[in-house]
Amino acid sequence: MSAQEVLPFNGIVTTQSGNYRADHLLVAEMVKPGSKVLDVGCGEGDLLQLLETRGIDGRGIELSREGVNRCVAKGLAVVQGDADTDLVNYPDDAFDYVILSQTLQATRQPKVVLENLLRIGRRAIVSFPNFGFWRMRLQLLIGGHMPRTENLPASWYDTANIHFCTIKDFVELCDEIHVKMERAEALDLYGRPLRLRLPWWVWNLFGEQGVFLLSRGIGK
Amino acid sequence: MVGVKSVPSPAISADDRSHEVDHPSSQLALFGTEQPLRLDCGVDLTPFQIAYQTYGELNADRSNAVLICHALTGDQHVANVHPVTGKPGWWETLVGPGRPLDPSRYFIICSNVIGGCMGSTGPASINPANGKVWGLDFPVITIPDMVRAQAMLIDRLGIDTLFAVVGGSMGGMQVLQWTAAYPARVYSALAIACATRHSAQNIAFHELGRQAVMADPDWHNGGYADRGIHPHRGLAVARMAAHITYLSDAALHRKFGRRMQDRELPTFSFDADFQVESYLRYQGSSFVERFDANSYLYLTRAMDYFDIAADHGGVLAKAFAGIQTRFCVVSFTSDWLFPTSESRALVHALNASSARVSFAEIETDRGHDAFLLDVPEFFDISRAFLQSAGKARGLTSKDG
Repeated sequence: MSAQEVLPFNGIVTTQSGNYRADHLLVAEMVKPGSKVLDVGCGEGDLLQLLETRGIDGRGIELSREGVNRCVAKGLAVVQGDADTDLVNYPDDAFDYVILSQTLQATRQPKVVLENLLRIGRRAIVSFPNFGFWRMRLQLLIGGHMPRTENLPASWYDTANIHFCTIKDFVELCDEIHVKMERAEALDLYGRPLRLRLPWWVWNLFGEQGVFLLSRGIGK
Repeated sequence: MVGVKSVPSPAISADDRSHEVDHPSSQLALFGTEQPLRLDCGVDLTPFQIAYQTYGELNADRSNAVLICHALTGDQHVANVHPVTGKPGWWETLVGPGRPLDPSRYFIICSNVIGGCMGSTGPASINPANGKVWGLDFPVITIPDMVRAQAMLIDRLGIDTLFAVVGGSMGGMQVLQWTAAYPARVYSALAIACATRHSAQNIAFHELGRQAVMADPDWHNGGYADRGIHPHRGLAVARMAAHITYLSDAALHRKFGRRMQDRELPTFSFDADFQVESYLRYQGSSFVERFDANSYLYLTRAMDYFDIAADHGGVLAKAFAGIQTRFCVVSFTSDWLFPTSESRALVHALNASSARVSFAEIETDRGHDAFLLDVPEFFDISRAFLQSAGKARGLTSKDG
C-alpha cells in the first residue's frame, strides 16, 4: 500500500522517489509552499527532498557524517551539526519553519532545543514517538522491560534516545514555556492520523507518534 | 668522514622556468597603465599581466563560467600537460570529460595568481621601470589583491557572474574572498580544505619555509636572478617542510613506514636511508624545477595576511551578510593544516548570515593533500553540488 493511498493529502507529489514516510507527508502538508525551512536532524534528506518538490527552500542539519554526505551528494544544503550545540549560531527569525522530526527525544536538552526552534523559526514542527502509546505501556506493565518497537528497535543501553516523552508530557512542556499549539496530530501504528476529535488521553494512548505545529505564545 | 648528499640539483634548467615567467605557454591578458591593479599595500601595480588557461566554451548567455583558483604552489595548468614538468594537470581528477567539472558543460578558467611565477606578474617578472627582475622590489601582495586581479580578468572576458568559483587551500581562500568582495558575481562557491584566516601554526610553518630560502647563500637578498642562479637548496628545504604539513602521520606511515631505500641496513651516514627521506628529497628537488624562490616568499606572505573577519570589524558573519551565493564547504578528517574546525567556523558564520550552505567532512587519512587526490566521496559531493546549482541557475545539462 503506497503512502498516497494511506494519506489522502492534497498536493503531495509521491511520484518522484516513491513512498514517503507518513510523518514526513504530514509535516510537508503543514508547510506553506514557497517558505524557508530548516530541518534539524534531517537524516539522509528524505523530508528535504519531499519539501523541494513543493517549491520550499530547505536547509538541513545532521549529526552523522554519513547522513550529511549523502544529503550533500543529493544536492541538498545540509551541514554537519548538533541540535544541542549548533542552533545557537542561527539568527532570530531566519526561517519560516524549523522542523525537528523524530529527533527531540535524542537531544540532551529538549526544552532548550524547543526554545531555539521557535527563536530561529516563526513556526516549529515537531514530531516524536509517543512513549504513552498502549504498546509501550503494555511492554512495561506486562513484560516488565523497557519498550522496543519496530520504529525504535534499540536496547536501553545502546539507544540514542535519551529523553523519551509522551504526548501528554510534550503538551505540558509547551504550556510551561508558553508555546502555542496551532495544530496537533497523532499518528496510529500504521502512520494514519487520528482525525477524530478525541480527548488528549485517547491520543496519548493510541497515538504511536505525535506531530505538532507550534508558534510563539504571548508573554512568559 | 660521514657521507653527506644534499638535495640534488634540478634536472630542468632555470631557463625553462624563467621563460614561462614572461612568455607563458598560456593565454595572456595585458593590463596597461590605464588599468592599474590597486594593491592593499597602497601601491598601484602597472602595467601587469595575467596568464590563464580555459577549457570548454562560454555559452550564449555567459552563465556557465567557472573560475578555478589554484593553491600556493599550483598554477593555471589545471587540466593540461604542464609546459615545464611535462606532467598531467594538477586537478585532472576534478576537471575533464566525465569529471564533476566537465568542459563540455562549463567554460572553465584558471589564472596564475598575481605574485606567481607561471606568467602572471610577480617577483620573477621583469620590472618595466628598470628592465631588471623585480625580486624584492615587487610590492607585497594579498589574497584580496589576487582576487581583484582575477575580477579584472573576468571583466576582460566579458563575464558578469561566475557560475562557480572553486578552489582548495589557498585557492579556497580566494573562493571565500570572491564571495566576500563580489557576492553578486558568484552564483556558487566550492571552498575546499581552507579557512577564513591563516592560523598561528600555519604562519609559523610559512616562516620556517621563508627562513630556509633566505638562509641559502644563493638567495642574495632576493637578487639571485641578476646573478643567474637560484637558491634551490633553501627552496627545496622549504618545500620539504611544507610537504609534511600536507600529509598526515597515518598517510606517511602507510606509505613508507620505517622502510629503507634500496638497502637492507643503515649506512651510518646522513644519506637518505629511509624511504620517507628519499621521498621528501625528491619532492624538494622537483619543486625547485618549476617554482621561483621569491614567488614562494610572496605567496606564503599573502596567505599569512589573510583574515576575512579582520576586514569586517572582526565579525566573520558580516562578511557574508545577505549573501545569495550557494556555498559548499568541504574538509577532510586528517587535514591538520586546515582542520575541520576552521571549516566549521566558516559554516557557523554562513548560517548566521542565512546563506545557503552545504558542509561535508570527508573521512580520509591522506591529510590536506586529499583535495588533489582520488577521493570518490569528495567528487560525488562536488558533482552533486554543481549539478543542483546548475539546475537552479537554469544551465542545460547533458547528464542531469
